[in-house]
Amino acid sequence: MWRYAIPLVVLAVIAALFYRGLELNPSYVPSALIGKPMPEFVLPTVADSETTLGSRDIAGKVALLNVWGTWCIECRHEHGFLLQLAKSGMPIYGLNLRDERPAALGWLATLGNPYVASASDVDGTVAVDWGVTAAPETFLIGRDGKILFKHISPLTAEVWRRDFVPLIKAQCGASEPGCPQLAAVRAP
Amino acid sequence: MTRLVAIVVGVLLATALRAADVEPPFDDPGLNQRYWGLIREIRCPLCMNESIADSKADVAADLRREVHRLLAEGKSDEEVKDFMSSRYGDFILYRPRVAPVTYALWAGPFVLLVVGSLVFWRIVRSRRDQPLGEDEPG
Repeated sequence: MWRYAIPLVVLAVIAALFYRGLELNPSYVPSALIGKPMPEFVLPTVADSETTLGSRDIAGKVALLNVWGTWCIECRHEHGFLLQLAKSGMPIYGLNLRDERPAALGWLATLGNPYVASASDVDGTVAVDWGVTAAPETFLIGRDGKILFKHISPLTAEVWRRDFVPLIKAQCGASEPGCPQLAAVRAP
Repeated sequence: MTRLVAIVVGVLLATALRAADVEPPFDDPGLNQRYWGLIREIRCPLCMNESIADSKADVAADLRREVHRLLAEGKSDEEVKDFMSSRYGDFILYRPRVAPVTYALWAGPFVLLVVGSLVFWRIVRSRRDQPLGEDEPG
């Protein structure tokens, strides 16, 4: 009897795995940096090549690091949401990837500037240290300077509520130092 | 018409410039060989099924440059692979290293081989006792 059961069981297992596979995103690659301290860097800012923005400026508070570029069409899609988020009190730092300064400045002047400051990574060296594949990518950085989460593709209100807010709430009371204001944690 | 010609020339020029975006190889043939070996074994994290040697993505060009830089600094092949997998995960290596995450990947085929052999052996043994010509029909 159970010699007929074995192939059925094998079939059931394979079917279950395939069914699970239907819902997985094959292009999703988990970041190797989650839970690790953010990679150190110091780069000139987009606004002024004489001033710098580095990992030390970001450390000590819950913040976002958003990778963007003027060549990145999807970045344009998420830009409006970033503006809302910044307005609601979430500190967002930019990593401007593979851009000439005038182009980046033009983008910020035309579309608005949601960033506390943007670091200019002209040749992508810092992006490689952060395991960036392409813009837009958004890292959530905790108060201890560790990377809590990374989102690839445009940031939306839905993603913000689903993935970012619970992580921020888990490590922050609203009025504690280094925590974003309540308005930012509530989805804008 | 002039505009069309200008566009065509522009596009052709752009691809020519694109094709010129190949890192200067090393003077040392040994280093060159290691460089080519490594960039064929590192997967482009953006385009998934291309090595960074084949891919035209910006990130692949950046990673080739990093491999080039690390080799020029005298790093070993292992150190280059560590550099990549610590940033992009085991996924980036076409031959992922043996780690708890990849045990199933490495051991799976051998486990299946053993299971298959056992099944085969059982079937052969159960049939050995049957007289010739009395095999099950079908």
